[in-house]
Amino acid sequence: MRTVDFSSSEHYKTAVFPSPFHSRQKEHNQLKEWSRWSDYLSVPAYWCADMEYFSGRNACGVFDITPMVKHLVTGPDALPYLNRLMTRDVSKIRPGRVGYSVWCNEAGRVIDDGTIFHLKEGVYRICSQEHQIDWFMTNTLGFDVEIVEDTHDVAGLAVQGPTSCAILKEMGLEGIENLTPFGLTYFDFEGTELMVSRTGFTGDLGYELFIDPDHAEVLWDRLFAAGELRGIRAMGSDALELLRIEAGFILAGVDFLPAMEAVRPTHTRSPFELGLGWLVSFDKGVFNGRQALLEEKEKGSRFNLVKLDIDGNKPGKDSFVYIKGGKKIAGTITSAMWSPSAKASIALASLEAPLGKPGEEFEVEIYYQRELKWSRVMASARVVKDVFWDPPRRRQTPPADF
Amino acid sequence: MTDSNNIVIIGGGHNGLVCAAYLAKAGKSVTVLEASEEVGGPAATREFAPGYKASCAHLLNLLDDGISEELSLSSNGLSLSREGLNTIALAEDGNHITIMPDSVEGGGLTAEDKADYTEYRRFMTKFAGIIGAMHNLVPPRITTDRDNLMALGKLALKVRMLGRDDMRELLRMGGINIYDVLKENFENPLLKGALSLDAVLGAFSGPRSNNSVFTALHRMSGNNSGAAGAASIPTGGMGGVMQAIAGAASRAGAEIRISSPVRRILMDGTAVSGVELENGEQIAASIVISNADVRTTVLDLLGARHVEADFARRVNNIRSNGNAAKLHLALDGLPSFKGLDKEQMGERLVIAPSVEYVEHAFNHCKYGEFSARPVAEITIPSIHDGSLAPDGKHVLSAIVQYAPRHLGTGWTEGKAAFTNAIMDVLETYAPDIRERTVATELLTPEDMENEFGMTGGHWHHAELSLDQFLMLRPVPRSAQYKTPVEGLYLCGSGCHPGGGVMGSAGKNAASVILANQ
Repeated sequence: MRTVDFSSSEHYKTAVFPSPFHSRQKEHNQLKEWSRWSDYLSVPAYWCADMEYFSGRNACGVFDITPMVKHLVTGPDALPYLNRLMTRDVSKIRPGRVGYSVWCNEAGRVIDDGTIFHLKEGVYRICSQEHQIDWFMTNTLGFDVEIVEDTHDVAGLAVQGPTSCAILKEMGLEGIENLTPFGLTYFDFEGTELMVSRTGFTGDLGYELFIDPDHAEVLWDRLFAAGELRGIRAMGSDALELLRIEAGFILAGVDFLPAMEAVRPTHTRSPFELGLGWLVSFDKGVFNGRQALLEEKEKGSRFNLVKLDIDGNKPGKDSFVYIKGGKKIAGTITSAMWSPSAKASIALASLEAPLGKPGEEFEVEIYYQRELKWSRVMASARVVKDVFWDPPRRRQTPPADF
Repeated sequence: MTDSNNIVIIGGGHNGLVCAAYLAKAGKSVTVLEASEEVGGPAATREFAPGYKASCAHLLNLLDDGISEELSLSSNGLSLSREGLNTIALAEDGNHITIMPDSVEGGGLTAEDKADYTEYRRFMTKFAGIIGAMHNLVPPRITTDRDNLMALGKLALKVRMLGRDDMRELLRMGGINIYDVLKENFENPLLKGALSLDAVLGAFSGPRSNNSVFTALHRMSGNNSGAAGAASIPTGGMGGVMQAIAGAASRAGAEIRISSPVRRILMDGTAVSGVELENGEQIAASIVISNADVRTTVLDLLGARHVEADFARRVNNIRSNGNAAKLHLALDGLPSFKGLDKEQMGERLVIAPSVEYVEHAFNHCKYGEFSARPVAEITIPSIHDGSLAPDGKHVLSAIVQYAPRHLGTGWTEGKAAFTNAIMDVLETYAPDIRERTVATELLTPEDMENEFGMTGGHWHHAELSLDQFLMLRPVPRSAQYKTPVEGLYLCGSGCHPGGGVMGSAGKNAASVILANQ
């Protein structure tokens, strides 16, 4: 149900709201631990982060994405507006499609990343990690466009894992199996509109469901009823963190510093420095950061974001990466984990350019603890090109039935 | 469509014309597109009543000597009907003060004030020279490359070369207000009032506003012959100067098209490709230079969507609300100003009886009102130049402050009331002014915006202040006359070194374009 009421003059007294799914999350949350994600209460782990991770990989994990910041972009200039805002060519995202993009400031540094949902002809939803309304409004000068942040008007669930499609079908979403990756479609659901996109943050088969907050609980109930025999489980943010690192997805505030939050501008990153050069379209006309990114392309970038395969089984969390020999620092690890699916210690690392070509070997300095005793190991690591988890079912349409 | 090697200049104001002249001299094919029927913008001489002429800008005090010489303006018809005007600070009792380049007389001035004035002129002239030395300089960027560092170093050296005491004084005074500086130096209220007016003319500031020392220095920074800040009356009004510059440009081969308002700047991808006129005609050009103010250029003619958002935001935030009105009176004879003979009436007359009076006048405009008791800079140019009025008749031309661009009541209603307030003030100094007046024209900032296309009706296109000067003018990333849009340049007063009929912005822009090729 709707948990945010801005019509009350007392609304400012609440900074963090319960999610529209809160009543159901409470039932599942055996650990009774809550964390904050943006404007909402979120669950780090419902019963066991590792087991929730395995639900996501081997059955179906359900993650509340309501706190994701959402904006609706409409008006005659919605497309030119977005094309000037985003680095990628938004005109290529057709109605009913979703695209991942980043947006930059004029120094060509990434402000945030997010997804662009082309909901209907000329109507777009932008989902982002950080609040962006101020920057998005600044960008409206000269455009006939309307921007509304509608985070609180849309409840969202990520339904991820191999049995997700079968569960949604069981729930009554007829034809869902025909939805291709990065496609979106609509269903009549309990008298309201349910929007489903084949997207997610796990690098696996998965969907994201968006509905008005008053229908949040019925959606949850119907979903879990339909998934009972297919291993559906509520999944917390700790499990999602593991899933997204395996999939090689970066996270604002973790793998890069959002440019608007930076006190030290040199600590920010350009799309090229995050391995997202493919999102930069120089031939579409002017966009924020274009000039700086053209210069960077000519002069070279400062950093490379790479995937590391590290020897041994210890996660290289917050570790320094050294050039072989252990004397000179090549960079730092931004995200790391022991990957149960890849059976490897894996990491994302920001290395000083031109270091970081696939196959290059480095040493990672890992500090770890065994029953309060700290130890240190220098583990060999190599840069790998492909993500650690990329199953064919992620792209398969229709997905296999379960 | 014409030749794409063509350079198009939007606007035939003085800077556009100067820029055209330099480019044409260098062999470029240049077309100047002027919206109105005459070049010169607010410096054009117009007939405001049958037989009576005046120009909005009415005194020549900043025109660059180098430009006059290089463009041979005198052989193109520039002449002055009166050079080196003195300033007369009007007193209600007729006991006025005459302010000359090196001395002051009258008004019961003490010997101390007289001596202090000489010292005041000494250091102000010296400091203004620092600004003057920057006029024909493309503002250096704050980067680490050699050329920019050298240019910055040269500026720093100039400041250092002032000597220890003067350098310290400049650093102390540069950003503060004229009220404090005058209080430190003088006793006489009338003298302080008149001197403070130089700091606030054309600016959205009162004597107590910060930066007002800087604006006073800027006004004195012209390197034209004669004393620093000395004003002259050109023959034929300021329009005479405009005709001379236009003549130089035409003679060098530039094409000047009047009545050709530009509707928009055309783009091909991320570069300009020409302009489209209001009548639909398209003119191809690989380089478009805009003499229009920066806001009009970027947000109206080009469109914010063709630049990055940060740049558009900065342009949108340029402060450019004018608050100087222009009064033109057609007089059937010479009025009688208390205590002034005809010769004295031909000088620059100012109404600013005390610094407090000026500050009070400014207070109104902060709140969207016009000054109940305005300040004024008055000339009667027809005393020196008979061509401006019928025989035996005269023109009074006055800059009157403060008249905010956005008047609370709106100018349709406010205009008559403000004119009345001005006439009341004038009457205290020239009791027969109303009897002598046969026609009146008052141009508010709103009128100037509409007539000359200057956003906010601001003379300088953008407020002249330290935060909008040198490499910050008009906004960072376009301070070297080049915008982020390929092929689009700026040459108006909104650029360094700012407004006043100086021509340096136009010259500097031309030098950048020629150097880039």
